Amino acid sequence: MMPENFNLMLALPELFVSGMACLILLYRLYDKSCCPNLMPYIASVSTLLLTAIMLIGDYQTGARLGFNSTFVQDPMAVVVKIAIVLITALVFIYGARYNSERGYFKTEFYVLGLFGVVGMMLMTSASHMLTLYMGLELFSLSLYAMVAFYRDSRVASEAAIKYFILGALASAILLYAISLLYGLSGSLHISDVKAAVAGHGLSHLGAILAVVLVVVGLAFKLGAVPFHMWVPDVYQGSPTSVTAYLGAAPKIAAFAMLMRILVDGLAPQFENWQDMLIILAVLSIAVGNIVAIAQRNIKRMLAYSTISHMGFFLLGIISGNNMGYSASLFYVLIYAVMSVAVFGLILLRTTKTTESERMADFKGLGAREPLMAFLMLVLMFSMAGIPPFAGFWAKMSVINALMQSNLTWLAIVAVLLAVIGAYYYLRVIKTMYFDEPEMEVLIPAQNHTAIRWLLVLNVLALILVLPWIGSLIDLTRSVIQ
Amino acid sequence: MSAYLLSILIWLPIIGGAGILLFSKQGQEGAARTASLMLSLVMFVLSLRLWTGFDKQTAAMQFEEKAQWIKAFNINYHLGVDGISMPLIVLTTLLTVIVVIAGWEVIKTRVAQYFAAFLMMEGVMIGVFAAQDAMLFYLFWEVMLIPMFLIIGIWGGPNRIYATIKFFLYTLLGSLLMLVALLYLYNKSGGSFAISDYHALAMPMGVQKWIFLAFFMAFAVKVPMVPVHTWLPDAHVEAPTGGSVILAAIMLKMGGYGFLRFNLPITPDASHALAGYVIALSLIAVIYIAYVALVQGDMKKLIAYSSISHMGFVTLGFFVFNQTALEGAMVQMISHGFISGAMFLVVGVLYDRLHSRDIATYGGVATVMPKFAFFAVLFAMANAGLPGTSGFVGEFLVILGAFQFNAWVATLAALTLVLGAAYTLWMVKRVMFGPIKNEDVKTLVDLSSHEMLFMSILAVFTIAVGVWPNPLLDVMRTTLENLLSHVAVSKL
Repeated sequence: MMPENFNLMLALPELFVSGMACLILLYRLYDKSCCPNLMPYIASVSTLLLTAIMLIGDYQTGARLGFNSTFVQDPMAVVVKIAIVLITALVFIYGARYNSERGYFKTEFYVLGLFGVVGMMLMTSASHMLTLYMGLELFSLSLYAMVAFYRDSRVASEAAIKYFILGALASAILLYAISLLYGLSGSLHISDVKAAVAGHGLSHLGAILAVVLVVVGLAFKLGAVPFHMWVPDVYQGSPTSVTAYLGAAPKIAAFAMLMRILVDGLAPQFENWQDMLIILAVLSIAVGNIVAIAQRNIKRMLAYSTISHMGFFLLGIISGNNMGYSASLFYVLIYAVMSVAVFGLILLRTTKTTESERMADFKGLGAREPLMAFLMLVLMFSMAGIPPFAGFWAKMSVINALMQSNLTWLAIVAVLLAVIGAYYYLRVIKTMYFDEPEMEVLIPAQNHTAIRWLLVLNVLALILVLPWIGSLIDLTRSVIQ
Repeated sequence: MSAYLLSILIWLPIIGGAGILLFSKQGQEGAARTASLMLSLVMFVLSLRLWTGFDKQTAAMQFEEKAQWIKAFNINYHLGVDGISMPLIVLTTLLTVIVVIAGWEVIKTRVAQYFAAFLMMEGVMIGVFAAQDAMLFYLFWEVMLIPMFLIIGIWGGPNRIYATIKFFLYTLLGSLLMLVALLYLYNKSGGSFAISDYHALAMPMGVQKWIFLAFFMAFAVKVPMVPVHTWLPDAHVEAPTGGSVILAAIMLKMGGYGFLRFNLPITPDASHALAGYVIALSLIAVIYIAYVALVQGDMKKLIAYSSISHMGFVTLGFFVFNQTALEGAMVQMISHGFISGAMFLVVGVLYDRLHSRDIATYGGVATVMPKFAFFAVLFAMANAGLPGTSGFVGEFLVILGAFQFNAWVATLAALTLVLGAAYTLWMVKRVMFGPIKNEDVKTLVDLSSHEMLFMSILAVFTIAVGVWPNPLLDVMRTTLENLLSHVAVSKL
């Protein structure tokens, strides 16, 4: 029996990416030519670009339901998915040389990456708890494997095990929350859950328990303090191309997931989860910014920086109105662009044998590679939220949303902690411009002109977007109804 | 052209400075220097157009430009000048010329970057003075930190990293609190970032006090006022001479400018209510910091403390709320621009020759460098507030105005005439006169033509404002009168 709104075309982008991932996997089996990894690379990047075009064509106002109302395509989903595929395409391009120089990475990187993208897209479009959970698991399982690529490295294995166990635990907690919600509402449709939770009122114990478990599960996935333990290890232990992958697009998907389950599904419980998120956000910004100061490894430092950025991103959700949600979306989009660029830069500076991830590797970069140093400078200032770079506008939007919700005290706490955060970003700039290079870290200048220019474009977008930044803010506002 | 004069003044040096980066290769230092000098001279001439085209009879914004920028937040690209900001813009372009000349021979590494940083900073600083949209102001205000951070960090002294990070974080802390205040005002005013809208916005006393304090944090750090002044001696000591000059002559003025543009007109009632505290802090700066200056053995540190002490006069003049003191404070800001810039250049001249800023290294310099000694003594006198120099006019007017407010405050402030003379002249005596104790001093060569040039320019301005301050006072009078009458009306 065919349900009445079984709309297959709605999920065409997802189906296309999954199909291509399977095809690439098969192709690899039969390609005996010289460079078997080239074709999958080209194919997967083109798949992502085509998907982006497909999605742009699919942009319509209003929500369209499909697959028996388990799948929703609304403007927010389309925008988020376009960002996910484009950012992931950038990760593939930046990581290609790094991957091919290290024997561990074969076609699997791209195939798993594409499956992860499908997972993220499903999460984004979920209007049913099962779709959401399926997307989350598809994405997580792909990532567990990717993090473990360096199978001979002790650090990588540790990171993978940690990630897998904690990730599985978080999934289980989320699943338990979903089962509680099912018990309360008798349905897994997010709209039904919402109606049932609204009927139970704010102080219904079962509903509160479900909210707590949902928040914990999401906080694990986001890496919000105190559920952040896995983040630094995974960021540091993973191959840099995988860190780039998991540092950018998944944050956007996490925003969509939060919107679907918490902001939409558990809207009647807003007062309850707002308080929890406030604690998570303040702790994340504080711990992320303070612990980052002690790091000597850039990847690990960026992990703590991510934690603090996730705290900032939560601030928009906390303000609890459309202005705040769109500020969070804006924040996470800008953050993804910065994050992919900074890992792209690290990837570009690696060689066959060196990783360019220690702080010392950046000493004297300003004199040695002025262009790379300048790009890093822009990225660091942008991440620190110094105007005129895009990172400032992201922070400003979020803080403005807080002010509108009369959470001025929280805004003040956030900016005070941001000053602490500025310190370690400044220290990277200090290392590049004010320190003399150590002789042994001299890395021969590499020539990857095309990728270099792409990176330049990626970074300079953070300044060049300024005349049009208003349109970008308008877009994020228009997709959140 | 005058319709876009302010935009040209802001963007020409920023774009031109970026262009100078093209001369980064070795062997192109000469081209970078020449291009920078040309650009800074063009800027100065253009800024004179602001002065000549300025209507002294009105307190309204002039040379206005307005265009919509970010509709989502109602942020406009809105520029304009009045009697407060116009002289400061001209001061900025003048001192940039001086700094370029001063860096001509001294800077040998990364020459193009050095000049580019100063030129870009010039544009950004003019942007701060010209912005009439609060968010635009905030942008320029913060962007300014980036070139200064790099100038101190790259071309600074041995402890430059500590100094520059301290400078950056102190200022950032203040400005982020200002950002929160601006966003509060934005939401309270129904979604406007126009500074003039905030001037008309009524607020209860409690709110006004919080807004006042947030702005106060931003501007007091910049001025700097006691107790948030500690970054300044560090930054000054480590910065290259040009950096010190811009820092003392222009950046500190931004704090003062901020008080006049934000604190006084936006929160007049809180300003009156809290004036006592500000006056107390100002007097502490004037007297206590003067004593601190007295014991310094490092010339740059001494002048840095002297700057704090002199800026105490500026904030004192703002918060006694009368025309005389306000005019005096404005003159003091301009005059301190010339004098502190000149004093740092004087120290720079010695430092370039012997690489020491210690007073103890020197002695008897006047015998080997007579021309230099002439200028050094002149600027020291001006710093001490000798009648006939610009330093006297500002301090005298502020003391006069303070008398109308409270005789005790005025008396305490007047102590500076003694203390300022004590620390400045004692330093000059130890460095310039007496027997030569250090053999190296005998090898010193007198001022080069470049050094003569910038010293003379500053000397001319110092004496001109000192002897005939009226042109400067005329430009500011109407705006300041208007400001005072606005502040006198309660906004509760």
